[in-house]
Amino acid sequence: MTTDFIPSNYLPVLIFFMIAAAFGFVTIIMGKLVRPQNPYREKALPYECGAPPISDARQPFPMRYYIIAMLFVLFDIEAVFMYPWAVVFNDIGIYGLVEMGLFILVLVVGYVYAWGKGALEWD
Amino acid sequence: MELAMTVGLAVFQIAIVMGVVLLSVAYMTYAERKVLSFMQDRLGPMEVGPYGLLQPIADGLKLFFKEDIIPSSANKLIFAIAPIICLVPALIGFAVMPYNETYAAFGGEAGVISDLNVGLLYILAFASVGTYGVILAGWSSNSKYAMLGGLRCGAQIISYELALGLSIVGVLLLSGSLSLREITMAQDGGFWHWNILLQPVAFVTYVISAVAETNRLPFDMPEAESELVAGFFTEYTGMRFAFFFLAEYANMILVCCLASVLFLGGYEAPMEFLNFIPGFIWLAIKTWALLFFFIWIRGTFPRVRFDQLMKFGWKVLIPITLANILFTALGVYIYNN
Repeated sequence: MTTDFIPSNYLPVLIFFMIAAAFGFVTIIMGKLVRPQNPYREKALPYECGAPPISDARQPFPMRYYIIAMLFVLFDIEAVFMYPWAVVFNDIGIYGLVEMGLFILVLVVGYVYAWGKGALEWD
Repeated sequence: MELAMTVGLAVFQIAIVMGVVLLSVAYMTYAERKVLSFMQDRLGPMEVGPYGLLQPIADGLKLFFKEDIIPSSANKLIFAIAPIICLVPALIGFAVMPYNETYAAFGGEAGVISDLNVGLLYILAFASVGTYGVILAGWSSNSKYAMLGGLRCGAQIISYELALGLSIVGVLLLSGSLSLREITMAQDGGFWHWNILLQPVAFVTYVISAVAETNRLPFDMPEAESELVAGFFTEYTGMRFAFFFLAEYANMILVCCLASVLFLGGYEAPMEFLNFIPGFIWLAIKTWALLFFFIWIRGTFPRVRFDQLMKFGWKVLIPITLANILFTALGVYIYNN
């Protein structure tokens, strides 16, 4: 069923993408015909428990989010390397096993370092 | 001619899959309200139709007729398309889901919309795109609650995506393929061939990460209604609000469907003599059993704190999944030699 000629396999995905996007846009545009539309200043203010909003919402936020995002990139690349390895694992035998053992070891060293530095804490 | 047939077959299957998914989303909201009600000794929706069965349709229609408010300080374009960025990936993830044994239709083979040889990677990739919708919605609203919700959601989803992705590696080691159809077929011939028996740890970590990944209680910090109003979709109304709901429930169905395929044999029957029941019914039963489990934990557990959530993801789940990968690889190697 899986062919080497990739585009023919991806054509249904592309069609699905277009149908799903069309579903979203058409529903919203159709709704425009039937829904009421009378905005006024108070209605269009961002919600802040009923009081007029103080200051802009886009303020500095904690560094932790950046750290988590960076750690995520590292570990996610790791995970992406593991997929092809897992798929061909039966063909590469002991070599693959040892290589991945070393690979995970390197990862664990970084992980322990991040843990020790408190990058995984959240308080 | 061949192109026309491919397109026809694709449209036919997309219509079926999308119809079933949207219907499931509608009745998932109903099932959730009903099951929660029964757990709390109430009746739940009873007014619209017999036993409230038409409630989801009434809800959908109501939202369709509601005003679409765009906050004056919002980034209008991003605010307007964020729900669609959220919705589309949640729907097209189903493109690689094998829902039935291969059957003939439109002069071709049907049973899955497109059997990509990188199916699993495709689903994970699009699941990540959905995160953009959430973060953009939170940021573009220019509301403090939405901003906090969007940030939390981003941090939570990326943390648990790791655990989710790493849980799956164990299954890949066993099946040696990223195609979901091949993973299903590798589990043919009765429930004792299912991956859950060989990968119980991965199944547990997968389900926990899936709950967090779809922002469900007890991990629903991004929308924690008692502290953040509604999180990233605080400012949304009408149909755009409905799209976030749709995306959330479609994602839930997607992760449960994926769990059925990866660990519970997908459309395969649990016993040989039950093969006369069509495959898509088995897939539906398994998926809905998992969905029921999602509702069940919502009815049972209190919400955890955000620091507990992050700590659990990074300090507990990731070491467990890494250890599971190493042990599985060792096991597979020893078994093969």
